[in-house]
Amino acid sequence: MASQQRYLTGKLFQALITLLFILTFNFFLFRVLPGDPIRLLTKGAGQRLTPVEQQALREELGVDKPIFPGQYVQYMGQTLRLDLGVSSIVAPGESVTSLFFEKFPKTLFLVGLSTAASIMIGVVLGIYGGWKRGQAVDLGSMTGSLVLYSIPEFVLGIMLLLLFSNALGLFPSGGFESAVGDRAGLDRWIDILHHAFLPWLTLTLAFIGEFFLVMRSSLLDVLGEEYISLARAKGLREKYVLRRHAVRNALLPTVTLIALSFGFVLGGAITVELVFSYPGVGLMSFEALEARDFALLQGTFLFFSIGVLLANLTADLLYAYIDPRVRTS
Amino acid sequence: MKVDDPPTVESPALEIRSARRIKWTRRRTAAKRFWREYRRSTLGMVGLVILVLFIALAFSSIFVDKSALSKTAVTEESIAPCTFVTLPCAPNSTHLLGTDADGRSVLALVIEGSRVSLLVGFAAAAITMVIGAMVGILAGYRGRVSDTVLMRTTDFFLVIPWLPLAIVLAAILGQNIFVLIAIIGFTSWPSTARLVRAQTLSVKEHSYVERSRALGATNSQVISRHILPNVMPVIFANTILTVAIAILSESALSFLGLGDPRRVTWGTMIDAAFDAGAISIGAWWWLLAPSLCIVLVVLAFMLCGYALDEIINPRIRER
Amino acid sequence: MSVLAVKDLWVTYRTQLSEIPAVRGVSFDIPKGQVLGLAGESGCGKSTIAGAILRLLPARTKIEGSIELEGEDVLGMKPGRLRAVRWTGASIVFQGAMHGLNPVKRIGDQIAEAIVVHQQAGEKQALVRVGALLEQVGLPTRRMRDYPHELSGGQKQRVMIAMALACSPSLVIADEPTTALDVMVQAQVLRLMKELQSELGLSMIFITHDLSVLVETSDRLAIMYAGKIVEEGPADMVFHSPQHPYTEALAAAFPEIGDDRFRRKPMGLGGDPPDPADLPSGCSFHPRCPKAFDDCSTVEPELYPAGERRRAACLLVPAAKERAGAHA
Repeated sequence: MASQQRYLTGKLFQALITLLFILTFNFFLFRVLPGDPIRLLTKGAGQRLTPVEQQALREELGVDKPIFPGQYVQYMGQTLRLDLGVSSIVAPGESVTSLFFEKFPKTLFLVGLSTAASIMIGVVLGIYGGWKRGQAVDLGSMTGSLVLYSIPEFVLGIMLLLLFSNALGLFPSGGFESAVGDRAGLDRWIDILHHAFLPWLTLTLAFIGEFFLVMRSSLLDVLGEEYISLARAKGLREKYVLRRHAVRNALLPTVTLIALSFGFVLGGAITVELVFSYPGVGLMSFEALEARDFALLQGTFLFFSIGVLLANLTADLLYAYIDPRVRTS
Repeated sequence: MKVDDPPTVESPALEIRSARRIKWTRRRTAAKRFWREYRRSTLGMVGLVILVLFIALAFSSIFVDKSALSKTAVTEESIAPCTFVTLPCAPNSTHLLGTDADGRSVLALVIEGSRVSLLVGFAAAAITMVIGAMVGILAGYRGRVSDTVLMRTTDFFLVIPWLPLAIVLAAILGQNIFVLIAIIGFTSWPSTARLVRAQTLSVKEHSYVERSRALGATNSQVISRHILPNVMPVIFANTILTVAIAILSESALSFLGLGDPRRVTWGTMIDAAFDAGAISIGAWWWLLAPSLCIVLVVLAFMLCGYALDEIINPRIRER
Repeated sequence: MSVLAVKDLWVTYRTQLSEIPAVRGVSFDIPKGQVLGLAGESGCGKSTIAGAILRLLPARTKIEGSIELEGEDVLGMKPGRLRAVRWTGASIVFQGAMHGLNPVKRIGDQIAEAIVVHQQAGEKQALVRVGALLEQVGLPTRRMRDYPHELSGGQKQRVMIAMALACSPSLVIADEPTTALDVMVQAQVLRLMKELQSELGLSMIFITHDLSVLVETSDRLAIMYAGKIVEEGPADMVFHSPQHPYTEALAAAFPEIGDDRFRRKPMGLGGDPPDPADLPSGCSFHPRCPKAFDDCSTVEPELYPAGERRRAACLLVPAAKERAGAHA
C-alpha cells in the first residue's frame, strides 16, 4: 500500500531529523559550559597538565576553533564517522566507539530480556486486571504494581541482593560471570545466566508495575466504548469480545506509552548495572561519570539517546501495524 | 399565581461584595464535597495518612540534635553499646535503627533526610509544574505555530533519556542541592506539558470560551478565568505524581554519587551504605531504613494520586 | 402473537450509594410488522428499555417484570440461549456516527461476524450476504473492505442498519439512530429505514427525543417521562391531538412547517427533567406542567383510557375524573 510506505518513510525521516537534533544537542551540552573545557576535562580526575600539554589537548579536541561552525562541523564529521573521541580516564587511550561496541552486547542481553519479560507480563496482567475490574486478581495486581512502581530499581536490586545473595547465598553478588575457572559452552552459559538472573529480575520487576497500569487503564477506557456494547449485543461471548475487539484497540495507546517509558528503562539499566557490578554500558557510564571522563560521558549520552530513538521508531512501526487509521489516511 | 415582591436592589458596593461571597461560598461547598468524595477512598486515605506522618517527621527534624549527624562528634559513649570495631551497628536499645559505618544513628539520619528529600521533591515538582503548565496552556490555547513549535520541542525532550541527561548536567554544573533541584525540575516538564495541553484543548472547545472572547475578554482574562480553573484539577493530580517522581529522581542521582555531599537525603544514605559495602557486610538496617522511607512516601503519593484520579475521571463503574 | 410483550417492567440501577429507578412499571406490546415510537427527553428511561430487552444493562442492575420476545421469556433465559437470541431474535441500531463501530476492523468483517457467530453461514458465504446487505442500504459492495474512518457519518449509520439486519431479526431496536446526523442525511437515513421496514415487514422500536421523526415512521407512539409511559396511542393522533400536557409541549418543540398550530403560540418547556433519584410527589410532571392543579402534587395518575386505543396518564383526562370520583 502506497500510503503505508509513505507513513513509514515519513516516520523514518522524522527519526533522522530527531537524530540530527540529538547530535546537535549533545554537542552544545558539552561545549557551552561555564569555564575552560580543558580544565573541566581534567578537573574531575585531578590531572595536572603542563601548558604545552594543555595546548596540544586543545588542538586535538578542536576547542581552539570557534564553536560554530568550526567545532560543530568537526564534531559532526567525527561523529558520523563513528569517531566519538578517546577515553581519557576510564580506559585511557581507547576509542569511545570501540568501548561501546565491546560493552553493548552485555547490556542488550540484560535490558532486552528484562524489557521483553516486563512487557509480556505487565500487558497480560493489565488485560486481565482491567477485564476483571474490582475483583481479587485486579486489586492484587493493582496493589503490587503500585508498590513496585514506588520502589526505585536500584533499591529493588539492593534488596534482592541482600536477601538472595547475602542472606540465602543463592546467587552471586555481581559481575557477568565467575572470574575463576575456565568454563566453556553450556557450563559457561549457565554461569552467565546465574549471574544475570538477579539483575534481570530487578529490571523486570521494576517496570512491570508501570506497564500493567498503562494497559489496564487503556483497556478500561476501551471497554466503555459503544462498539463493545454492540459486540455483546451481537451475541458474542465475553472472551471473544475481549480478545477480538477490546484488546487490539487498547494496545494502541499502550504501545505509545511503553515506548515513551523506554528512556526510564535505560536509566534503570545504569543504576542496576552499578548495583550488580554488571560490566555493561550502564556501569561504564557510571565510571565515566565518577572520573569525569567527558569524552566517554558524551558518548554515553549519545548512545542512550539513540537507544530511545530506536525504541520509539519501533513503536511507531508497531502502531502502524495495529492501527489501520494511520496507514490509510 | 402569586406575584413576587420585586427584588430589592442593594447598593453596587454591597452587590460586588456579595458576588465575591457567593464565589467563595461556592468554592467552600465544592471543597467540602470534594473532601467527602475523597474520604470514601480507603487507598486515598491511607496515602494521605502516610504523607502526613512523613511531613510531621520532616518537621521534627528541626529538633534533631545536629551533632548526631556529625561524623566528628562520634565518641565511644555516643555509640554505646557498640564499639568502634563493630560499626556499623545493628539496631539495639540505644539506636533504634542501628548506626552507619561512622557510628551515627540511622534514625537521626533518616529524620534529617526526610526533610531534605521531601523539600527537594516539592521544590523540583514546583518548577516542573510551572514550566509544564505554562508550556501546555500556551501551546493548547494559542494553537497553530506556537503549538507546533512547543510540542515539537516537548516531544524532543521526551525522547532524551532522563537519567543520562541529568547525569551530564550534574557532572558539569556541580553537586549542589539547588543545582539538583534545578536539574530535576527543568528536565521533567515534558509529560506535564503534554497533559496540560490536552486538557487545555478540550476546555477550549467549550462554548463559554468562545462566548467570553466574543464579549471582548483579553487572552489573559480568558486564560485566568476560564482555562486555568478548569485545567487546575488535572494539574493538581499531576503534581502529586510529579513530586513522587522527583523524589525517585533525587534518590537515583544521589545513589550515583551526584548528591550534595553536605546534606543528608535518603538517596545519599543509600549511596553511602552501598559504597561502604553494606551489602556484603550485611548491614541491612542502614540500607533498609532510607529505602523503606522512599518507597512509603512515593507509594503514599501514588495512592493519593490514584484516589484523585478516580474523582476527576470517574469511569463508568459497571459495564 | 406480539413480537415483543413487555409487562410491568421496572429497571433500577444500583450504585455504591443508592438505587436509582430508571424505568417504573412500563408495559407495551408490539405486534408483528408494527413500529412503536418511543419518545422522551434524556434520562426518561427509553434507552434503558432498549438495553433491557436484550439484557445488555450493567451486571448490577435490577430488572423486574416480564419481557417476552416472540413468546419467550427474556429475563429467565440462560446465558447460552440469550447469546443465541441476541441479534437473531432482536437487534439494535446504535448511533453509528459516533463510536458504534470498531475502528480497527473492516466494516465487512464486523457485519459478517454476527452472521458467522450465529452459524448462519461460513465465512465466505457470510461475505456474500454482507455484500447484499450493503446494497440493500444503498452502499456499494466494495465498501465492505473499508475501515470506519473512511466512511461519512451517514454511511456509517447505513452500515449500522445493515449490521442490524444481518441475522434477519424479528425485532429491530433503533436507539437514536439519526440523532448525531446532519438534517439532510437524517432525512435520507429515515427514508431508508422506512423503506426497509415496510419491505421486510420488520417490527421496530424507534427511540428518539425528536417527535417529528416518529410521526412519519411509527404506527404507534409512546411518550415517556421520568421512567413511565405518560401517553400512548396511534402516532398521528398522539402527535396532533395530545392528551397529556407533556406530549403537547414535546410536540410543540418540533414544529411541522405548514401546521397552523405553530403559527402563533410561543412554545417551549421550562425546567429540567427530574432527577430519578429524587422524583416529585404525585405526578412527576407537575412542577413543569402548565395545566397543573392541586391534586397533581398528591395523586399519581395511571394510564387512563383516553380514546380509541389510546391511554394517557393525566388527571385532566375525562376517564381520570370518573376514576377519581369513584375513589372519593
